[in-house]
Amino acid sequence: MFNTYEYKEFDYVQSEEQKNNTVKRHKAVIIGGGPVGLTTALDFAKQGIPCVVLNRGNTVSIGSRAVCYAKRPLEIWDRLNVGERMIDKSVIWKVGKVFRDEKLVYQFDLLPEDHHKIPAFINLQQYYLEEYMIDECKKQYGDLIEFRWSSKVISIKNNDDHVIMQVETPDGVYGLEADYVVACDGANSNTRQMLGMDFEGRFFEDRFLIADVVMKADFPAERWFWFNPPFNRDQSVLLHMQSDDVWRIDFQLGWDCDPEEEKKPENVIPRLKAMLGEDKEFELEWVSVYQFACRQLMDFRCGRVFIAGDAAHQVSPFGARGANTGVQDTDNLTWKLKLVMDGKAPDSLLDSYSEERVFAAADNLMNSSRSTDFISPKSGVSKAFRDATLDLADDYEFARPLVNSGRLSTPTPYVNSSLNTADTGTFAGKMNPGTNCADAPITVDGIDGWFLNHIGNSRFVALSFGRDSGVSAIEVNGIPCDVVVVGKDIMDTKGLLKERYDAKEGTTYLIRPDQHVAARWRSFNDNNIKNAIKRATAQA
Amino acid sequence: MSVNTKPNIERPDDFYQELIDLHRDLSDEQSRDLNAKLILILANHIGDMDVLSEAMQMAKKGIEA
Repeated sequence: MFNTYEYKEFDYVQSEEQKNNTVKRHKAVIIGGGPVGLTTALDFAKQGIPCVVLNRGNTVSIGSRAVCYAKRPLEIWDRLNVGERMIDKSVIWKVGKVFRDEKLVYQFDLLPEDHHKIPAFINLQQYYLEEYMIDECKKQYGDLIEFRWSSKVISIKNNDDHVIMQVETPDGVYGLEADYVVACDGANSNTRQMLGMDFEGRFFEDRFLIADVVMKADFPAERWFWFNPPFNRDQSVLLHMQSDDVWRIDFQLGWDCDPEEEKKPENVIPRLKAMLGEDKEFELEWVSVYQFACRQLMDFRCGRVFIAGDAAHQVSPFGARGANTGVQDTDNLTWKLKLVMDGKAPDSLLDSYSEERVFAAADNLMNSSRSTDFISPKSGVSKAFRDATLDLADDYEFARPLVNSGRLSTPTPYVNSSLNTADTGTFAGKMNPGTNCADAPITVDGIDGWFLNHIGNSRFVALSFGRDSGVSAIEVNGIPCDVVVVGKDIMDTKGLLKERYDAKEGTTYLIRPDQHVAARWRSFNDNNIKNAIKRATAQA
Repeated sequence: MSVNTKPNIERPDDFYQELIDLHRDLSDEQSRDLNAKLILILANHIGDMDVLSEAMQMAKKGIEA
């Protein structure tokens, strides 16, 4: 009746090492080929680091799984040359509506600021996202990225200067070594368990049924959330549009249910018919049940192994904070690993990965736990306050901001990071040290472009407004820093760069390779810049 | 600003009677719902997060889980 996605399968090929029974030392091994692992592979390759991706399966994601992707991860993917393809295929949205019963109680607009290349949010099935990244890996970096499908890591051990793993394949077990390992093997990470790393946080006694439904429907491209709708009494429901006429519908189930029973089509279909109408034609593409959890590791590093994505932190899904946060983990890690691998920064720089991303995970967990407490109240009084809020929101504007159907993922600035250099000058606006850089339209040699694309080469950038000091490049212990002069190298034709960075004549920003502000001053001084680069690379 | 702990209601007996009357004939559950709404309305009126936090801690004093 409807076309659904055909899951590509990738051929398992026995590795040379296993065939020849030799142990090879790799520069970098990535465990897991989901959105976070694939992003890591692309980022390593872009920086010239060869890597092996070990994936226990041999396909892209079965089922759409993660659906909503936020601006910052899309900016990262755009830096890695896959963002535009994702956006082209996706559904772009910005309006969210919250219903109680069948009545609209609250509406929000993400109100994306004009003049950014990347939209606030897109919806796209995870399998497309993975397919596009695998295509890019193969097309651009066939010589640097080696995929090993149907390869499961069954043991892992840190040595002083390398990591040893045992990998199980259809041909048996073989050993391999790596200078560094990035574990992106998901919420049930074997790596995490084998390293004896424990989560802190909580499980919630509640479950959600996720159904991906293929149908022709005229719902708008908006996020719709219902409290207590007639088609799922005393629970909630979430609806999202994906591409190719696929719709994501989440039904809250409560705790007293049998997840295996609920997943059966004979139980899912009546739920959907109650919601969509008896006569609606649809097909079930994928169904899953999950339990809410908000928990994280308190250290994302174990020797030479780095944990990223869901393997390091799990959140309940409202707010799209899972994959979006995971991609920002690896964005934070790869440039640091590159500098340490090249002997240009000390090993302690790698500790800052954990410092900064544990902080971000805690911020995500807090937001996610708050949403979960509102959507799934855990006590009579908690439910009374929730319902009181919804009651009041009907009549009074003041209660509407209290309605929490999920606060959508935004990047967490590393405000307290040890890599930041504190301000000496006074600045207005959002670009505090530790914050991801705002985009803005620019022109270079008369051609329109975007600021983030211009600073997307994984190098430090000293951005100087309006004053050409004559210094065109800075280097600290072999770490290069490009000097970009606004008004000479790039033109701020709309004046938005100046506005977003609260810039005056002479204002200078030091930007990290992951496009975060490391330091800023009201004048250009190359000694200040050198000191800030040292600090941002754990050398001060 | 901090919570005003001096008498601030001009006619205390009137206020107290109205509060009790408000709950008359309600079930405990209805009263709980009413109180929840009342707290939210008053909290928004106060607005100041420091005052609200202090008030919450004052109310919690002597009550332990």
